[in-house]
Amino acid sequence: MWSILRKDLLLELRTREALASLVMLVVLILLTFTFALDPDGARGAAPAVLWVTLIFAGLLGVQRTFLVERESGAWYGLLLAPVDRGAIFAAKLVANLVILAVADVVLTLLLGLVLGVPVPAAPIELLLVNGLGLVGFSALATLFAAVSVRLRARELLLPLLVLPLLVPVVICAVEASRIVLSGGPAASAGVWLRVLATFDVIVTVAGWMLFEQLVLE
Amino acid sequence: MTPMPIRRRIAPLADGVLPVVSTVAMLCALACVFLWVPNERMQGPVQRIFYFHVNAAWEAFTGFGVAALASLLFLWRGRAEFDRLAHAAVEVGMLFCTMVLVSGPIWARPIWGTWWTWDPRLTMTVILWTIYAVYLVLRAMAQDDPQVARYAAVLAIVGVLDVPLIMVSVRLWRGMHPSVISAPSGTGAGIQDGRMIVTLIVAFVAFLLLFLWLLWRRYEDLRLRDELHALEDELAAFDASAARAATGNR
Amino acid sequence: MSVVEAESLGKAFGRTRVLRDVTLRVEAGETLVLFGPNGAGKSTLLRLCATIYAPTSGSLRLFGSLEREAGTRRRIGVVSHQSFLYPDLSARENLAFYARLYGLAGPERVAAEWLARVGLAGIGPRPVRAFSRGMEQRLALARALLHAPDLLLLDEPWSALDAAAADLLSDLLVALHAEGRTLVVATHDFERGLAIADRAVILHDGRVAWDATRGELGAVPEAYRRITGAVAA
Repeated sequence: MWSILRKDLLLELRTREALASLVMLVVLILLTFTFALDPDGARGAAPAVLWVTLIFAGLLGVQRTFLVERESGAWYGLLLAPVDRGAIFAAKLVANLVILAVADVVLTLLLGLVLGVPVPAAPIELLLVNGLGLVGFSALATLFAAVSVRLRARELLLPLLVLPLLVPVVICAVEASRIVLSGGPAASAGVWLRVLATFDVIVTVAGWMLFEQLVLE
Repeated sequence: MTPMPIRRRIAPLADGVLPVVSTVAMLCALACVFLWVPNERMQGPVQRIFYFHVNAAWEAFTGFGVAALASLLFLWRGRAEFDRLAHAAVEVGMLFCTMVLVSGPIWARPIWGTWWTWDPRLTMTVILWTIYAVYLVLRAMAQDDPQVARYAAVLAIVGVLDVPLIMVSVRLWRGMHPSVISAPSGTGAGIQDGRMIVTLIVAFVAFLLLFLWLLWRRYEDLRLRDELHALEDELAAFDASAARAATGNR
Repeated sequence: MSVVEAESLGKAFGRTRVLRDVTLRVEAGETLVLFGPNGAGKSTLLRLCATIYAPTSGSLRLFGSLEREAGTRRRIGVVSHQSFLYPDLSARENLAFYARLYGLAGPERVAAEWLARVGLAGIGPRPVRAFSRGMEQRLALARALLHAPDLLLLDEPWSALDAAAADLLSDLLVALHAEGRTLVVATHDFERGLAIADRAVILHDGRVAWDATRGELGAVPEAYRRITGAVAA
C-alpha cells in the first residue's frame, strides 16, 4: 500500500493537477459565498460554508486519483500485481486525504480572513474536527469514485451517491466546529466527534472490504 | 443449487395463495380502519392514516433490510438470484417509503397545521428515500453492464450501515433545536381503545402480505426479463452460426 | 500440470458474449500464438489468463489453480498495446514502482538493471510521456519482465513498432523461450508470430477454430483465410 501511496503522491507533486484545480475550485466557491452572504451575519455560518465548499469541490477532485491510472491502462498494471485490493483503496484514500487536507487548510485560512472568524482560537480542536470529518469524507468519496469513474455520467453520479450517505459527516463536523469556534464546552463537541469517529471507522472498514468487489470484471 | 428449488417450491404458493390472502387481509384492514375503529379523541378521523403510515414505514425498512442482506449474499456468493432479490426489494421498499412521505404530510397538515417539519424521523425518512432513489438511478443507468449490479450492491450495504449513524446524528441535531411542534409519536398517547390495537395488528399483517406479494411479483418480473434476454441471445447466436454455415457452403 | 488450462471457457459482458466454449491447454515452456480477426476474442482470452477478467462460464486454471490470488498473479507478466506506465513519471520511477509493487528487493537496483537491459540506460529523468512508441514498448517489456514471470502474455506486441524494434522484440521473445518461459502471444503478424511459435491457434467468433501443432504451422495462413474468409495479413 505504501508504494502505491508514494507513487500517487509523487505523481501529484510532479503534475500538481488535482491539487491546483481543487484549490482553485475551493477559492472560487468561497468567493461565490462571499457575494451571496452578508459578511456580518455569515460569521456563524462559517463552518457550514467550509464544509459545503470542501465537499462540492472535493467530489470533483476525488475522481482524479482514479483517472490517473486510466490513461495508459496503468490501472490494469495495478490489478495484475500481487497486491491486496484493499491496499489500493487505502492508498487512494490517503492520497485524497492529503489533497483535501491541503485544500482544507487554505480554505480555513481564507475563510478566517473573509469572515473574520478567529481561527487561532482553538486550533487543535479544529484540527481534530476537520481531520475526522475529512477522513470520513475521503473514505466515502474514494469508495464511490471507484464506481463512478467507470460509468458514463461520472461527474453527476458521484455527488448523487455520496451526498445522502455523507449527512452524518456534515451534521457532526459543522456542529462540532461551531461549538469549538464559539469556545463552547469540550464535552458537547465530544459527542459529535464520537459519532464522526464511528462513521469514519465503519466506512473505512466497509470500504476496505468492499473495494475488491468494485474492481472485479 | 439451493435457491432454485426454493423458488420452485414456493412458486405455486406465491402465485396462487399469496394474492388472495393479501387481498383479503387488506380488505379486512380497510374495513377495520374505516368502518370499525373509533375516532381518536384528539385528532379526529385524520388519525386513521396512522395505520397506513406506520405500516408503510415498517415495510419500507423491511424492504431496505432485505435488500442489504441480499446484496451481501450476492457479493459473497455471486448468484444472480440474490441480485434480483435486492433490486426487487429496493423497488418495493421505495414504493412504501414514498407512501410514508406522502401520507405523512397529509396527516400533518390538519394536525400540526404545516405540511412539513424537520422532525428527526421525517428527516431520516427523506434521506433514506434519497439513498435508495440513487440506487435505482444507478441501476437504470447501465442496463447491460454486469458490474453495475455489484456497484448497486455496495451502495445498498453501505447505505444500511450508514443508517444508524444518520439516525444518531439527525436526532442529536434536531434535539438541539427545539422543534416548533412536538411530534405526536405514532403509538404513544394515542392508543385509547382496544380496537385500535386490533386494527393496528390487522393492518400490519395486511401490509406485510402486500409487501411479500409485491416483492414476489417484482422478483418474477426481473427473472423473466433475464430469461428473455438469455433466450434472445441464444437465438441471435443460432442465427449467426446459421448464416455462417450458409456462406460457408457457397 | 499445464500452465494454462481452459475448459469450455466463456466470457460475456452483460449480454454480449465474446468467448464461447474455448478449450485450450498451454504447457510449460511452450510458445502459443493466437491468430484471429478483430473481435474474435484474443484480447479477452489474454485478459482472462491475466486474471483481469473472471470467466462467466467454464473454467480456467492457471498453474493448476482456479483461484485468482496474489501468488498466481506474481507469476504472470502482461504486455499489451497499452503500456501500463505512468506518463508523468520517468522510466526509472515507473520501473521502481512496479518493482516495489511486486515486492522485489532493491527496487532501485532492479529498475536500473532492467533499464540497461532494454537499452534505455541513458534516458534520464524524462517523463514517459515524451517517449517514442518504440521506447515505450521497450519500457513496457521491462515492466512486464522485471518480476521474472513464468507466464508471459503479449497482446499485439509488434503493433506500431518499426522494423528494428520489432526485430529486437522477436529476439527477446526467442531468448525468453530458451529460458523456459511460457509465452502466449496474440498477433496479426503471421510472419513474426509463426517464426517464434511452437503452436498456433486461430480464434474466430469467440471460438477456437483451429489448433495447430508445430508440424502444421505452415498451413496456418491458408487455414486462416479459409476460416475467416479474409486475406491473411
